[in-house]
Amino acid sequence: MVDAPASCDVPTASGLPRRAFLAAGAGALTVCMLPLEALARPTLDEAILTFTGGAPLHDGRVRLDLPPLVENGNAVGVVIDVDSPMSEADHVRRIALFNEKNPEAEIIQFQLGPRAGRARVATRIRLATSQTVVAVAQMSDGTFWVSRAGVIVTLAACIEDLS
Amino acid sequence: MTRALVNVPKTARAGDIVEIRAMIAHPMETGYRQGPNGAMIPRNIIRRFVCTYDGAEVFAADFHPAVSANPYLAFSTRATTSGTLTFAWTDDAGLTHTASAEIVVT
Repeated sequence: MVDAPASCDVPTASGLPRRAFLAAGAGALTVCMLPLEALARPTLDEAILTFTGGAPLHDGRVRLDLPPLVENGNAVGVVIDVDSPMSEADHVRRIALFNEKNPEAEIIQFQLGPRAGRARVATRIRLATSQTVVAVAQMSDGTFWVSRAGVIVTLAACIEDLS
Repeated sequence: MTRALVNVPKTARAGDIVEIRAMIAHPMETGYRQGPNGAMIPRNIIRRFVCTYDGAEVFAADFHPAVSANPYLAFSTRATTSGTLTFAWTDDAGLTHTASAEIVVT
């Protein structure tokens, strides 16, 4: 292997050898690209597709209760109520919550069974901005049911990221 | 240390549906925030919650960074026999915090 031409090691104005200078530049470029990579999240529909595995979504049976106007996106109360007898033969297996514009599309996934008695869960979530939140429930017969809710957020969660 | 609060009725009749509320003090650091030096604060969230009733899993949840700090959950279970409900939260550091509550079923 022949050594690289001597011109490569000619010091630049900053005193760094050219090769080191280029390497540092490449490193800086990678760092700059990180936020872009973080933005490349799956879309809402892609995230739901991963959960359902391509099964069709039906409207109804799921009620997603979310305040339409939220003052503090750091803690948004959510109640999900699924119409199901919760018996051995017919119950809710999983409920998942997705969002449209947070850095990650998934929010939370619940696993239930006939012993839950009632398919009603509540929690608190973070919302980065005004967007759509979607709840998808999987029944024991394998069908998926969906409910969507739009939220307006006045004070966003993770406000540091948006500046 | 981490503090967990659970709310389970002390008594219930067999077959009743009881509501359970569980909350744990945890920062739920999302991994998307910058510290004062500009470096990203590493993610530290609770990943999984499991509720067992006399050893049988009755409810579980998988968390993502979009769950609020000090995560709160409300769910329900059918009272079957007198026994112990145990609650376990596992975070990114691999630590598991547990809490338990007794229920008397008549």
